[in-house]
Amino acid sequence: MSITAFEHPLAKYIRPSAKTTANCPGCGNGILAQAILQAIDELGLTMDACVFVSGIGCSAWIPSPSYFADVLHTTHGRPIAFATGIKAALPDKHVIVVSGDGDLTAIGGNHLIHAARRNIAMTVFCVNNGIYGMTGGQVAPTTPIGLTTVTTPFGNAENPFDICELVKGAGATFIARWTTYHPRQIVKTAKKAIQKKGFSFVEVVSQCPVEFGRKTGMGNTVQMMEHYKQNSVTIARAASMKPEELTGKIVVGEFVDIEKPELIETLGRMRAKAMGTN
Amino acid sequence: MTKSAVLTGRHFMMGNIATAEGALAAGCRFAAGYPITPATEVAERLAERLPEVGGTFLQMEDEIASIAAVIGAAWGGKKALTATSGPGISLMLENIGFALGTETPCVIVNVMRGGPTTGIPSVELQGDVIQPRRGSHGDYQIIALAPSSVQECFDFTVDAFNFAERFRTPVFVLTDAFLGHMREEVLVPEPEAIRLTDRNLFPRGVDTEALPGFLDTDVAPMPVFGNGHKAHVTSSCHDAYGRRNVVDASALDVFIRKLNDKIEKHRDEIVRVTSDIEGAEIVLLSYGSIFRCARAAVEVGKSEGLPLGWFKLETLWPFADQEIAALAERVKRIIVLENNLGQMFHYVQAAAAGKAQVSFLPPRVLGELHEIEDILKAVREVRQ
Repeated sequence: MSITAFEHPLAKYIRPSAKTTANCPGCGNGILAQAILQAIDELGLTMDACVFVSGIGCSAWIPSPSYFADVLHTTHGRPIAFATGIKAALPDKHVIVVSGDGDLTAIGGNHLIHAARRNIAMTVFCVNNGIYGMTGGQVAPTTPIGLTTVTTPFGNAENPFDICELVKGAGATFIARWTTYHPRQIVKTAKKAIQKKGFSFVEVVSQCPVEFGRKTGMGNTVQMMEHYKQNSVTIARAASMKPEELTGKIVVGEFVDIEKPELIETLGRMRAKAMGTN
Repeated sequence: MTKSAVLTGRHFMMGNIATAEGALAAGCRFAAGYPITPATEVAERLAERLPEVGGTFLQMEDEIASIAAVIGAAWGGKKALTATSGPGISLMLENIGFALGTETPCVIVNVMRGGPTTGIPSVELQGDVIQPRRGSHGDYQIIALAPSSVQECFDFTVDAFNFAERFRTPVFVLTDAFLGHMREEVLVPEPEAIRLTDRNLFPRGVDTEALPGFLDTDVAPMPVFGNGHKAHVTSSCHDAYGRRNVVDASALDVFIRKLNDKIEKHRDEIVRVTSDIEGAEIVLLSYGSIFRCARAAVEVGKSEGLPLGWFKLETLWPFADQEIAALAERVKRIIVLENNLGQMFHYVQAAAAGKAQVSFLPPRVLGELHEIEDILKAVREVRQ
């Protein structure tokens, strides 16, 4: 079989007119892009069962335009708010938001915590590369303290968010974190997250070799993924480690998987009562 | 028993309630909002009534989220609305531009209050009439209606949904604190007597790779989500298939022009003015709540033998420039009445192009309606 005859098993999920990617060589986005499609494939879902929503930034280009599905590419920070209206209108669809740490936790932080609080059934994949990649490497609410970026030339003076802790505090019913070093784990987690009847949040710590690695001194793709490999600790292992041992570590795994009444279902029951049809 | 979306009959109703009922009668089944004076009653009414008719109301975390959810619901196939006041509109403007760029039908109600900035929430002014036209960044055309009675709050909200559906675009309803909180008689027709327009839908079983769903000046069929159209919807510069193109400036030229022309081309279908200028030399041009003063002043002035007429803008945008140009050919003088420091006045002056003298009667910006005697005094002055 010649190499030209080989077709990627997930190619059927890619929009025919989407021939190129805007992402840089070595970007971590491709790992999540494939993992989400792999999860959908393994779940036996069709793309027509899903609606994808993205914001602004490099990772928002994971579903848009590449996924051959209904895709709404929204304004900066607002994908979750748009997704809320979509879910209310189409309660039977899997509404899946894919965006970045800047989009979801800086400009869009309010929508993230409120969607988690409401427990509206949607899945949010957050690519956390710790930087504003698309605009050229500015500090983000997720950039580790001390790192040099183009807008923190003397070092980042601010503390980063632990996004999983943030959405936990806000009430999300499914929360997980992996890195791009963990593609198989992401697929497994994504399957659970997509099926979750509630607000599910998956953070994927991801390398941006061009705007993060180069400017902060964290190195190239291989070096950054090596860093994830060396510094990722599972939740179980982290539990037995002292706080000072956890400094600089990335705790990975599924943090939360609980049941709470889901918003759209609850509203549906109230509607039936108001209509007098229950 | 399922409750009716159309409350056929005679009612004594508050303007904001009539707006909400107009939305329901038009088929609105999703609304999202955030509390703000003097618009809150619209949301309160919809929160109670939407579930009764199978719809959903969500109180969001802010106005940005409210308009975003409305746009999302519109792509989910719903007729959707948000209601707010000036500060809320200011927050929504980016996403209103998104709705324009993605050709999303939705209705935005602005119950105008005393501004700028936080101003006085409970005071009526017409300070936000240019905002829909130019508030969001970039070039675009928009539709805005201005009711002048509680009945028109109902009727024009129905019209707003029809325009939104017909032209796949956000449509403004500009009421104000005075109208919103005023109570008047409203006649709600039988459901069959309410003319409704529904968006032209993308053909079943077809995806947007095969058929264009955007940028048609005669309005492309809408590939709403959930029907297997696999629509790619972006507010970034795109082609007729929704394919993003941010590298070719000529694509941007097409993108901007098609969206503008979609409204411009059909302006005769949209622009609505009414008038009584029989035998008039001087015409009081007005809109919204202040039109009531203009009409009353004409009635009183005519009884005194003044050669007066009135001209009412029912749509503010697209602007009735042709209609005003024709008016300027027929009369000597146009006096513009509006409850602000002169906003539409400049557009009226430009449209009249010197054919008639156009002046502005500055109100005291106290959130009051114009005194009829003040208006007539101005009329007598310009006659001299």
